[in-house]
Amino acid sequence: MEIIGDLLKTLLLTAGDLLPIILLFGFFQIFVLKQAIDNPRKIFVGCLYVFIGLTLFLAGLDKALFPIGEIMASQLTDPAFLGLENNPDLSVDWKSYGWVYLFAAAIGFSTTIAEPSLIAVAFKASEVSGGAISQRGLRMTVAIGVSFGICLGSFRIITGTPLYLYILAGYCIVIFQTFFAPRSIIPLAYDSGGVTTSTVTVPVVAALGLGLSSSVPGRNPAIDGFGLIAFASLFPIIAVLGYGQFSQWQSSRSKQPKKERKDEI
Amino acid sequence: MNLSKTLLYIYDKSRQSATDLLPIILVITFFQLVIIRQPLPQLGTIFIGTIMVIMGLSMFIQGLEMALFPLGENMAQALTRKGNLFWLLLFAFTLGFSTTIAEPALIAIAGKAAEIAADAGLIDSDTSRVSSYALGLRLTVAGSVGCAIVLGVLRILLNWPIHFLIIGGYIMVMVITTIAPPEIIGIAYDAGGVTTSTITVPLVTALGVGLATIIRGRNPLLDGFGLIAFASLLPMIFVLLYGIAVFGMR
Repeated sequence: MEIIGDLLKTLLLTAGDLLPIILLFGFFQIFVLKQAIDNPRKIFVGCLYVFIGLTLFLAGLDKALFPIGEIMASQLTDPAFLGLENNPDLSVDWKSYGWVYLFAAAIGFSTTIAEPSLIAVAFKASEVSGGAISQRGLRMTVAIGVSFGICLGSFRIITGTPLYLYILAGYCIVIFQTFFAPRSIIPLAYDSGGVTTSTVTVPVVAALGLGLSSSVPGRNPAIDGFGLIAFASLFPIIAVLGYGQFSQWQSSRSKQPKKERKDEI
Repeated sequence: MNLSKTLLYIYDKSRQSATDLLPIILVITFFQLVIIRQPLPQLGTIFIGTIMVIMGLSMFIQGLEMALFPLGENMAQALTRKGNLFWLLLFAFTLGFSTTIAEPALIAIAGKAAEIAADAGLIDSDTSRVSSYALGLRLTVAGSVGCAIVLGVLRILLNWPIHFLIIGGYIMVMVITTIAPPEIIGIAYDAGGVTTSTITVPLVTALGVGLATIIRGRNPLLDGFGLIAFASLLPMIFVLLYGIAVFGMR
């Protein structure tokens, strides 16, 4: 009964969320383009699906993905699980949270490797580079980038160090790489940062951060809880730029010996 | 389109969404069974919720592909062919704004952020104040994505180099961070990644690639990209400013 009540409430809110898109398309279609819509029935059914689907998704999110991230975070940081129950002062030592880092890295890697938009980006990247960048290599690189990012992000939450220092350092690396990376990879690399964090990943990762910051002693969810997604969108940029540089370096190295041989002749 | 065919489509999409979720489920199951070895509380509710997420996401994506993507792509092409700059830019802004307002991940995160802010006593914890904070956050992000798409369209039209704009943006983010209240920094940086998922990416990419195809001397593969990059950069700046407006300077 409670689920049905929640669902109805979400249904109303969702209608409000979708209204702007419908108004936008209606306005441009009628007043600017002055065209009739092709196949209005299909469009109408599609809009209905969007509406019901979004409602179900949002309602399910509150029941499943948010609680699970928080429960996992609190179980993994439970003093009894860490074997710290004899440690009364609860002073935080970042080395005791090994499983948290492993969990963060595993979640980051596994969600990214299966991410459909990353597969699309990898396909385009190999097209742009004329095959110099392999699809599988790029996807592995990005997935390792994301898992390292989320792992480092959990380390930041546990130690409570300021977020902007990490992001600042990351940006410096990106700017530095931009000057040396092949031109054609740059827009793609910048885009890939936003692409890796999908609709499913965001709630799980956010809940992990919030759960960690509320169960690690001395951390405040309002200040330390967010920021994991920022890590997950910054590291792919570095990874893709790095991958571009690496393949450029590799192809220039394989060309060079041939040249030398020519000179000898 | 008859019903059984549609149901088949939805089944197919559900399988796809389930495959997306599978890695997460595997990792969580492994940790629960092998490492934590504790029962998961509310297992029933979580199970029902997961089914709802899979069903919902599949229907949502199916609906997008049936209705919004073809409409949006047609409109982007018709408007670029029309060649009226005013309508094009207005369309770019409203497209960015309206797709971001409906973005599921953003709705979820804004709600969580408001909840956390209320728990920490940063804002009053009565329901209307909490929901107006969440709505303010979403409007800020949506407005910033709208501006980002306008900027990206101008970049394609005027052929500005992308990396100077992005690096300039990063420097702005860092400068504003020094005066922003610490409570907003995390959520502001996260906003960049959250905005660009299910709805925004395909529609915005269609606009960018359509523009780059029609304008002579532009390469769709090079100039068509980069709109998303602006859409992940500007929200950070705007949300930091929103934080300064709500909580005051550091």
